[in-house]
Order: sequence, then structure tokens, then C-alpha cells
Amino acid sequence: MQDHENYSGHTAPHHAAPLGMYFAVFAALMVLTVITVWVSRIDLGAMNTAVAMAIAIVKATVVILWFMHVIHSPRMTWIVVISSFLWLAVMFVFFFSDYLTRGWNIY
Amino acid sequence: MSEDATLSHSAEHASEPHTHGHHHPFLQHHFEDMGQQHEASTLGMWFFVAQEILFFGGIFCAYFIYREMYPEAWKAGSHHQNWQIGAANTIVLIGSSLTMALAVWGAQQAKRKFTTLMLILTLVLGGIFVGVKGYEYAEHIHEGLFPGSMFTFVQQDAPHLTPGVHLFMTFYFVMTGLHALHMIIGAGLLLWFIKRTWRGDFGPEYYSPVEIMGLYWHFVDIVWIFLFPLLYLV
Amino acid sequence: MTSTTIDDAPFIEPSTRERRNYLNDEYGVLSWLLTRDHKRIALLYLFSVTTFFIVGGIIAFMMRLELLTPEGDMFTSDTYNKLFTLHGVVMIFFFLIPAIPAVMGNFILPIMLGAKDLAFPKLNLLSWYIYMIGGTFGIIVIITGGVDTGWTFYTPFSTQYSNTKVFATTLGAFITGFSSILTGLNFLVTIHRMRAPGLTWYRLPLFVWSMYGTSVIIMLATPVLAITLVMLMVERVLRVGIFDPALGGDPVLYQHMFWFYSHPAVYIMVLPAMAVISECVAAFTRKKIFGYKFVAFSSLAIAFLSFLVWAHHLFVAGISIYSALIFSFLSMFVAVPSAIKVFNWTATMYKASVSWQTPMLYVMGFIGLFTIGGVTGLFLAALGVDVHVHDSYFVVAHFHYVMVGGTIMAYMAGIHYWWPKITGRMYPEWWGRLSALLVFVGFNLTFFPQFLVGYVGMPRRYHAYAPEFQVLNVLSTAGATVLAVGYLLPIIYLTWSVKFGRKAGANPWGAVGLEWATTSPPPKENFHETPVVTWEAYDYPAFLKAMKETQDV
Repeated sequence: MQDHENYSGHTAPHHAAPLGMYFAVFAALMVLTVITVWVSRIDLGAMNTAVAMAIAIVKATVVILWFMHVIHSPRMTWIVVISSFLWLAVMFVFFFSDYLTRGWNIY
Repeated sequence: MSEDATLSHSAEHASEPHTHGHHHPFLQHHFEDMGQQHEASTLGMWFFVAQEILFFGGIFCAYFIYREMYPEAWKAGSHHQNWQIGAANTIVLIGSSLTMALAVWGAQQAKRKFTTLMLILTLVLGGIFVGVKGYEYAEHIHEGLFPGSMFTFVQQDAPHLTPGVHLFMTFYFVMTGLHALHMIIGAGLLLWFIKRTWRGDFGPEYYSPVEIMGLYWHFVDIVWIFLFPLLYLV
Repeated sequence: MTSTTIDDAPFIEPSTRERRNYLNDEYGVLSWLLTRDHKRIALLYLFSVTTFFIVGGIIAFMMRLELLTPEGDMFTSDTYNKLFTLHGVVMIFFFLIPAIPAVMGNFILPIMLGAKDLAFPKLNLLSWYIYMIGGTFGIIVIITGGVDTGWTFYTPFSTQYSNTKVFATTLGAFITGFSSILTGLNFLVTIHRMRAPGLTWYRLPLFVWSMYGTSVIIMLATPVLAITLVMLMVERVLRVGIFDPALGGDPVLYQHMFWFYSHPAVYIMVLPAMAVISECVAAFTRKKIFGYKFVAFSSLAIAFLSFLVWAHHLFVAGISIYSALIFSFLSMFVAVPSAIKVFNWTATMYKASVSWQTPMLYVMGFIGLFTIGGVTGLFLAALGVDVHVHDSYFVVAHFHYVMVGGTIMAYMAGIHYWWPKITGRMYPEWWGRLSALLVFVGFNLTFFPQFLVGYVGMPRRYHAYAPEFQVLNVLSTAGATVLAVGYLLPIIYLTWSVKFGRKAGANPWGAVGLEWATTSPPPKENFHETPVVTWEAYDYPAFLKAMKETQDV
């Protein structure tokens, strides 16, 4: 691991992002919200949940990368964000590994 | 969120560019310089957001498990939510995220009036959100949907789903309640930041408090981005 | 090397005796209660956790008195239920989870990193106040009638049927969790952003690596406990059915969510202990730890793997057998990184010249007892065996071996090892050794019989038992008495040493580490000048040379 991880002293870093970026992100989020509602009115059976969650994940990603500046953030920030969702995934996968297999026959 | 220096000194010097040897009034003594302080506070807030993700994640997981167990009841429960109000509130909240992001942008450039305005707008939009939620809660209580001993509702078309609807409403109130609580705490913090911004504390050398306030606010927005389809659009 | 106290060579001692240090820098109660200094906060924690340890210990002793006889003749079963619940709640939430991180982590970590304080000193103080508020709830519960659900608060008994102070207890635990989270957050940021110049990751003491792993677990696991307790409190207050089968809920879901935190929690308790052991082994063998990178990465591996095994607490609760098989395999696997550490510590001691000061005696106790505890954990990870011994005294013995024989031994090792640094005084060595011996003998006498009675069928959490188990229970209670004396003595002689102990120099053990490069006790800002690290981890010759050069300048 590089020595730059060890803080060596420098003043405040980055310059501000262009203003237009924030409005573009907002517009994207509005569009995605509309899509979410529209798709929910169509009956896709079991796919409804998956599609709604997929769109929500896209929205969350957009907020994280641009509103929360992760796209310009140090590597450590990426590690923290990805790890927390990874841990959440562990929780979901292992919880469901019990609930979904309870009905299975043993032999 | 760092301690305050004396008022007049900070107001005069905070938004000035860094001159060599000049000790920034908001530099905390255990840090080498403002850059280290900025990196530390930002990383600290990210760790806090990470644990919040696990906090909400836990109840989301429980929600999904029961949704898998009681799909019909979950659908019935969701139909008691007014999706138009939910969608409108979603737009309000995402709007507040925009104004919050703009406030961070403004603070970094020492745009005192602009930043203060953006923070006030964020507060107002957040207030609208919470107000609308309060109205929704009142409606639910009126319909007898508040979980516990006040739950008098019966699912007329499918009475056997009533206990499942009760469970759904419990999740609805706990999840949106925790979310609203986080927003109210955020609103309190915003008030304090409005005061600090107006005082002229922030500039290119020192804007991390506003930035980390933004991180918190955006996180609360992200929770709602998931809550809306899961509770209103089943 | 084997004298009772090792005096540092003159060149490590500052040429003018430093009078001002963090202890005498400011006086008055408020200078302690409103301090931002991590060293003073560590001492605030030391005082609080010791108090809770005594409370938890007294409760344990009452339980052991009841268990002298097979009949439930001393307490009613309801009262006994309250005793074991409170013993668990106090010991786990108010002693074991905070102890090593909040006392030793707080004091030593910034100094080891060459920093002036933790990243967020005010947050650190807030952590202590939050802990005290949570602990106060615990005390209030004890005084006003107690809680009888077991420290695990299983539903629906805790939510629907128990008539005791469940809400207050869970609220106390919930609040204390935030103290833990803030401490972990502080440690993570400090380790990432406040290391001294030259202190690269692979030069860090292994203590730091283990505290890092601990902090990762704290940040990711504790919030899940928080939300679980919120749901439990909601269910209790509103009488809803989140976990109540009568209302459509699943009590096993509660257990899943509870143990998702509580299993990693035991690694929150043991990783810091391993942190201390690494430091003490290096110091008392005067050698670099064998397999440094293996030990460092094993801390991270434990942090990760600890999240993948929780359902071994649910083997007989009704989970799917397929899920149980996966968790059983993973539970075996989680033992590997811990075993790696034990092998590496042992390899470090091979052909080393070991000094047997008190900390090293506790270290040896840890290595042996933690191994026994860990191996019996493997017994429990095997599905078939677990069905047999679940909810028996075998389980009780297992976790006391790792938590008491493991963590508390390491805690004692650390207290003694860093005592001169914290107070500027040496403890009386022979009293230290005597206490260590009493603790070791008392511990084994208390808990080894419990493996035996548990295996042949004595259930846990019962105030009465079958008469054939009495002899072993009497031995266990006798052991508890010895153990109590072993814990009482240090409280006395350590307090005595603060005023009357031999004055200690900067590096009484001749160990490597930045904490030994500053005076005992340290100045308020830890170092008069930010140190620059040029030596590798545990590199004795390079460190001593660097110290000499600092003095000669």
C-alpha cells in the first residue's frame, strides 16, 4: 500500500464541479422517478419488484456518484461505500438462504 | 463539525485564501493542516453513512422476508398508500437533495448568500416532506391502520389478509418513521448550518462541515428512493 | 532480562525529568468530565468498565452460590432468570465490548500512530457519555427489578410474555451501541488519516491492525443490533407481531437479526485481545512477531469471516438444514485465521529469550485457554454435536473460555503492560504474578468442570439440576471464589501503585513502539515533536538506535 495513504500534509483539494452537472443529475432522477411509477402500473408479475429495485439502484448510484461526489473521491471512499453494500448483500443472501430453502425436502 | 473560533476573527478571515504560516481559525489543534482535517471529517462521515446503510438495511431485509412470505397482504397494504402523494413527496425530497448539493457547491466558493438561500430551501423542502408525511400518518390513523391496539381496520375484500396488512403497516410506520426522524435531525442540523453560513464561516479552505451535512442529507434521500417503490408501488 | 523490573537505559530517559504530563496538566473534576484528551477519556472508561465488571462479577457469584446445591433453594427460578440475564447484559454490553478498545485503544492507539489525539476528540468524549447513559439504564433495571429474558432477549417471550424491564434494558443496550459505533469510527479515521510520517501500513504495530479489524466489525454489525432492538421495542410497546408467530411474525427472524450482530460482537471482544497479545509477545520475547503479514491479514480475515457464521446459534431453532450446513462449514472455516495467530505467536516464542513478567504470564494463559475455547467452538460448529450440547453447560464453558480465559486474560495483560505508561508507576511484580496464577487456577477450576457437566446433560439457565452433577458444580463454585480473589487483588495493588509504585521511565520493558518513545506518563499532546518513523515493525535494533539519535540531538 502506497505511502500517500499516510497523510503527508497539503491544503484543501478539489475545485468545485460545474453547476450544470447538478441540474443534469436532478433531471435524470426526475425521469427515473416517472419511469418507476409508470412501470409499476404495468403488471409484470414477479418482475415488478426486480425492475423497481433496479431503477432505485440506478437512482441511488447517481446520487452517490455525483451529488455525494464519490466519482471524484479518494479510493478509500469507494471502499467504504462498496463494502457497506457488500455487507448488506451478505445479510440478504444468507437470510434468504434459510427462508427460501425451508420447504425443500431433506432427502 | 468543528468548534467555533471567536466570532469576529473567523468572520473576517475564514473565506480568505490560505497564506503561508497563517493559522486557519477553524483548524483543530490535533490536525496538521486544513487538508488533513477535511479528509478526516469527510472519511468520518462516510463511515457513519456506512453504518446507517446497515441500520436501514436490517429492516429492509426483514421487510423483504415478510414480503416473500405474505405477497398478497403486502400488495393489499401498499394499496392503502396514496402513490400520487408519495410520488410528489419523492420529487420534493429529490429537489431538496439538489438544493443541498448546490449549497455545498456554494459553500466551497464562499458564496455566502447563495449558500444560505440553498440551505433554507433545503430546509423548507424537507419541512414540506415531513409535513406531508404527517398528513399521511393522520389519514392512516383515521382509517384505523395504525398498528397495535389502535388497529381497527379490516380488509373487506379479503379478511384473511388483515393480519398481514397489520404487519405491513407496522413496517410502513417503523421504516418511514425512522426515515422522518433522520430528516428531523437533519433539519435541526440545517438550522445550525444556516446560522454558520450567514456568519461567513465557510470558504474554499473550509467547507467540509457543509459537505458532510450534504452527505448525510443525500443518504436520507437514498433511503427514501428505496422506500417509495417498496411501500407505495407494490 | 529476567529482573523484576527492567529499567530503561539512560539514553531513553529524557535528560531533564519531565514534570508536566496529561495527569497533572489540569486539575479539577470538570477538567476530567469535559476533557477532550483521549488519555483521560481512556481512564474515565477504565473506571466505568471496572465498576460494571464488579457488578457483573457479583451477580455471577450469586449464581454460583445457588448452584452449590442441586435444588433451587437460594433463589426462585424467576430471580435466577434475572441473575443470568443481568450477568450477561452487564458483562457483554457494559464490560467486554468496550473494555479493551475504549480503555487501551483510546489511550494507546493515537500514541502508537504518532498522533496528538484521535481524529474526533469531542466525539470520543461523547462516546463515553453515551456509554454512561446506556449503563445507567442497566443500573436502573437492576435496582428496579431486573429483566429475565436472557441477554439474548428471544422473542416472543421478551416481547409478549415477560413481565420484567425488557424495554429499559434493550433501550440501554441500544444507546450503548452508539458509544461503540462512535469509538470504531474514530479509530478507523485516525488509522487512515493520522499516522506519523514514515509510518506505512506494514510498519504498524499489530495492535493497530487488530483494532482496525475490530472497528470494521463495530461499524458494520452494531447498527444491525440497533435496528433489531428498535423492532423489539416497537413490538413490546405497540403489541404488534413482527416476531410473534401468533400474529404472523417469525421468532427465528429475530434470532437471525440478533445474531447477525452478536456473533461478530464476540470478535469485537476477542480481536482487541489478540491485539494486546501480539504487542506483549513481541515485547517479552524481544523479537519481531513471526509472520507479521499473516497476523496482520488474519485480523482482516476474522473481521470479514465473522459475519458469515451467525446462524450456528440457530442450528436447533428451525432453520433450513441446507442453510445450517453452509453455516456449519463456514463456522469451521472462521477458526483458521485465529489459529494462524496462535501459531505465529508460538513461533515467535520459539528459541526466544522470554521474560516472565506478569503480562507475559497472562499471555501464556490466553494462548492456552483461547485455544481450548476455540477448539470447543469447533465441536459446536459440527451440527450433530451441537444438537446434543446446545443450551447445555458445554456451551457456557466454551464461551467463558474464549471470553474470560481469552479476552479478560488479555485485558489483564494489557493493563499491566501499559500501566507504567499510563501512570508513570510500576505495579508490584510479585503481586502481579500471584494474581495471574490465581486467575489461571481459579478460571480452570471454575469452567473446566462445566464442559464435563454440560456434555453429560446439565442444561444452562436453570437454577436447579440433577443431583449427580453436584460435585462438579461445587468445584466450579470453589474455582469462582479463587477467581474472584485473583481479580480483586489487581484492583487493590494497581490502585496502591498509583501513589506508591516505583516510578517508571519511558520504556521500562525495552519494547518497540512509539508509545515507548515518549515519557511515562505522556505529555498532554503525546509528543513534544511529531515523530518520524524510520524503523520496521518490532525492529529492536533500529528502534533503539533511532531513540538514541533523538536523545543525542
